[in-house]
Amino acid sequence: MISLEIKNLAKSFGFRKVFEGINFSLGEKESLVITGKNGSGKSTLLKILAGLLRPSKGEVNINLDSQIKNRGERRKLISFASPDLSLYDELTALENLEFLAKVQGLDFKPDELNKKLDEAGLKGRGEDQVLSYSSGMKQRLKYLFALLNEPKILLLDEPGSNLDEPGLFLLDNIIAEQKKRGILVLATNDKREIKYGDKILNLDQQGFSFIS
Amino acid sequence: MGTKSSTWTSRVSALFLKDFKSELRTRYSLNALVMFAVITLTVVSFSIGMFSLSSKIKSSLFWIVIFFSAMSGLAQVFIKEEEAKTSTLLKLVASPESIFAGKLLYNLVLLLFLEIVIVPLFVIMLGFSILNFWLFLCVLVLGSLGLVCATTIIAAIVAKASVKGALFAVLSFPILLPLLVTVISGTNLASEGASFSQGLRDLQILFSYAVVMFVASFLLFDFVWEE
Repeated sequence: MISLEIKNLAKSFGFRKVFEGINFSLGEKESLVITGKNGSGKSTLLKILAGLLRPSKGEVNINLDSQIKNRGERRKLISFASPDLSLYDELTALENLEFLAKVQGLDFKPDELNKKLDEAGLKGRGEDQVLSYSSGMKQRLKYLFALLNEPKILLLDEPGSNLDEPGLFLLDNIIAEQKKRGILVLATNDKREIKYGDKILNLDQQGFSFIS
Repeated sequence: MGTKSSTWTSRVSALFLKDFKSELRTRYSLNALVMFAVITLTVVSFSIGMFSLSSKIKSSLFWIVIFFSAMSGLAQVFIKEEEAKTSTLLKLVASPESIFAGKLLYNLVLLLFLEIVIVPLFVIMLGFSILNFWLFLCVLVLGSLGLVCATTIIAAIVAKASVKGALFAVLSFPILLPLLVTVISGTNLASEGASFSQGLRDLQILFSYAVVMFVASFLLFDFVWEE
């Protein structure tokens, strides 16, 4: 059983306070949507959860089977996808996935990766360099990367950005799968994406609301 | 999900191969390194003209060419990750230790390739004689190892700075000074045909420098790489 526990989290950049006093906990099969106006700290909070930024105050604890996981172990449990995330443009989509799998200690055969590309709507484009991809195709490829390790905790920043209708359908499936597998946290201001959460954290009011 | 079979070394080799493949397609560092080396070598060769130089001066010129070529190319290993905004992706998937080891290996291969180009050109263009080849080779390999250990960690520091410009050379020079003095001395001995035992002191210093720099860089990298 996995759980994510946030205690009294605060982040400042220099003298500018982004947020403070964030507390919540999520258990398996729970999902949280973080909302708030631009600059409220949604992406910053996700980056702290992903281990990309250190909080100024507070703790992020990840427990798997009642054991607190350290930074190295967390990397295996968490995946993060965001429009800010850049893949290697000079490599092909297949090379990107092969590298990202190998470096995480995962061993995929090219056929398996090609199948994943097909399922993500990138059939026949695996051998193309990522620099020739549209922003929507890159977004699909980022989801493939994020799902390589079948994460216990999936963090998505503005998940629907750059996606067309089939892409949004793919996102629906990814989110449905993740809700069965573990924890989902996503940051968005898109009203259509709020439905993905069981809980909503509004960083403007620093309060929770629950979707029944 | 794919099977979990990779060892630490296979992760490091994945990082190395990614950089190698990327370099072959973009020529981000290779062109800068080779062009700088060839141009410097040509300028030195023309400026010397018919003068006959001592092996001490030739050894110094040889390492000056290597040092400045390294300055122009080796920093790119981290700067290109920052500029392409792929460093976040790397942080998500790989441990700092494997990233550092992969980048170090890549820089070492790049520098050794550069030396394979420079050494014959230097011998031909400047009439540089190497009377004890094996001593020269040991000095070159140990010197390159020390140079790469120091420049890789400095590259990681510089990549985080907002003003990168000349910072790499400025930071590298004081750290590399003991290494440069020793490699010049060792190269001079090899050029004059000194025996292996006469060059042993320099080799010991180079080996110690490489070990100290490797351990210090390995320990420091985590703090440099993370926010």
